Amino acid sequence: MANKRNRRIDKAFRITGLLATCFGVFVLIILLGSILIKGVTRLNFQFLSSLPSRFAAKAGILSALSGTLWIFGLTALFAIPVGIGAAVYLEEYGKKNKLGGFIEINISNLAGVPSIIYGLLGLGIFVHALKFGPVILAGALTLALLILPIIIVSTREALKAVPKTIREAAYGLGATKWQVIRTQVLPASAGGILTGMILALARAIGETAPLIVVGALAYVPFVPKSPFDNFSVLPMQIFNWVSRPQKEFTVNAAAAIIVLLVITFILNGFAVFLRNKWQQKVKW
Amino acid sequence: MKIKEKIIEMLLGFCAFITVLTTFGIVYILFSESYRFFKEVSIVRFITDKEWTPLFADKQYGIMALLSGTLLTSAIAMVVALPLGIIIAVYLNEYAHKTVRNYLKPVLEILAAIPTVVYGFFALMVVTPFLKLLFPEISGFNALSAGLVMGVMIIPLVSSLSEDALYAVPKSLREASYGMGATKFQTSFRVLVPAASSGIIVSFILAISRAVGETMIVAIAAGQQPRLTANPLVPIETITTYIVQVSSGDVVNGSVEYRTIFAAGITLFIFTFLLNNVSHFVRKRFKQQYE
Repeated sequence: MANKRNRRIDKAFRITGLLATCFGVFVLIILLGSILIKGVTRLNFQFLSSLPSRFAAKAGILSALSGTLWIFGLTALFAIPVGIGAAVYLEEYGKKNKLGGFIEINISNLAGVPSIIYGLLGLGIFVHALKFGPVILAGALTLALLILPIIIVSTREALKAVPKTIREAAYGLGATKWQVIRTQVLPASAGGILTGMILALARAIGETAPLIVVGALAYVPFVPKSPFDNFSVLPMQIFNWVSRPQKEFTVNAAAAIIVLLVITFILNGFAVFLRNKWQQKVKW
Repeated sequence: MKIKEKIIEMLLGFCAFITVLTTFGIVYILFSESYRFFKEVSIVRFITDKEWTPLFADKQYGIMALLSGTLLTSAIAMVVALPLGIIIAVYLNEYAHKTVRNYLKPVLEILAAIPTVVYGFFALMVVTPFLKLLFPEISGFNALSAGLVMGVMIIPLVSSLSEDALYAVPKSLREASYGMGATKFQTSFRVLVPAASSGIIVSFILAISRAVGETMIVAIAAGQQPRLTANPLVPIETITTYIVQVSSGDVVNGSVEYRTIFAAGITLFIFTFLLNNVSHFVRKRFKQQYE
């Protein structure tokens, strides 16, 4: 074997690999940089506190931002209890029978369904069949179903990490199954569960497609006051502004993207922080 | 006490059952609306017609015009994401120094956390103008820009799943290969990658599935002109974009136009469903067992 040649290939691949990885980083820098340059001058108090407008200079993201907060809160309200409940059931009670196997495959299938299909589900069920109309509640329920598989998977991972000995010690003291779960398993896995939650919710507030299908509006000249109000969200507002030909609206879109990215990165950063903290603290 | 335990178990069981209801809901909505659609439009024309113009006076319902857009953008994305994803996975797993890895990997993961509407903006405002320097004839909306950006977005999915698969290959195989005097490159591509092939194939399939269902990037940057073409420089329309286009206009509930989005949706759903199940199959069937 030509040893020299092999070593040259090896070296070439080392460089290729580094370049490929740096390419990803490079694109990220260009992406963030171009958006900052375009949008940062437009970011001011007027922009954050104004309703949308036909005039780009007067327009703001107040209604979109409040819509995003509504959606965030309600989606969390629906998805968190159901997600934890389902994960606890599958992990702690789940029987290894046909039904259990079916639920497992079903969840991993749901995780692979494109988000826009969830939008069609929400449109058919919540907007039309249940007659909610294109309101915040319909959007939040749709997103809750969308992130449910993500929450279930991450919660199950957290529950799995709790060692059997803890459960057995509690049973040994005479605790019932639910007491074991409530007083031992859930507190011990809270950090992991919370991390998964936050990542799932960060995903939810970046979603656009399902909310467009459900009927989120591009132009909402008021701040929504109840779950039965019409709404817009930040990504929706961005999509609307990007779709307009005027350059001033593009600048607005860039500024709104900065706000959306700040929220997304804060949530993701918080999740990473929690995960690291938890991993250091808990050693079984 | 016993009754309380039973009630709690039933409540938790119901939570798990909601996921099953979700699947039934999706299948029911897609099938029932599509059934009504196919009562008015023949399924043969749906598959064989070459034009998709339900919103015009002369209505044509050829899904191929949308499907070709979806396949074109997905193919471009895969040309970017698959080779780069696997190269990055091998590099980070086998070559990179630990400190390099600890810095680069989290940065790469940020790509996966960015909302897709942001990528759409990037494709339209930055990548397309750049491509115009290389291909002066390129349209303002085109499959190339959307596909390339989608590919970059999917890189972390391929690289992290492939890396997990490479990492799971037992150390003994690696050491045996080095013991034979193989270089890192030989060890990586003749021992580790084949040994981790099932995990790597799964990552490829999931990447394709993700690209087929991706919506906002193509809705913003690829255009809204359904056409049967493989030319990446002209505006096209994907299945997902069409659903967005109809949803953001005012189409009357119950009309044929309204039902087209469910017919388009079921086509998309069948595609991703098949891909996801192939990936389960590959994972189960070709899982290498090492002891």
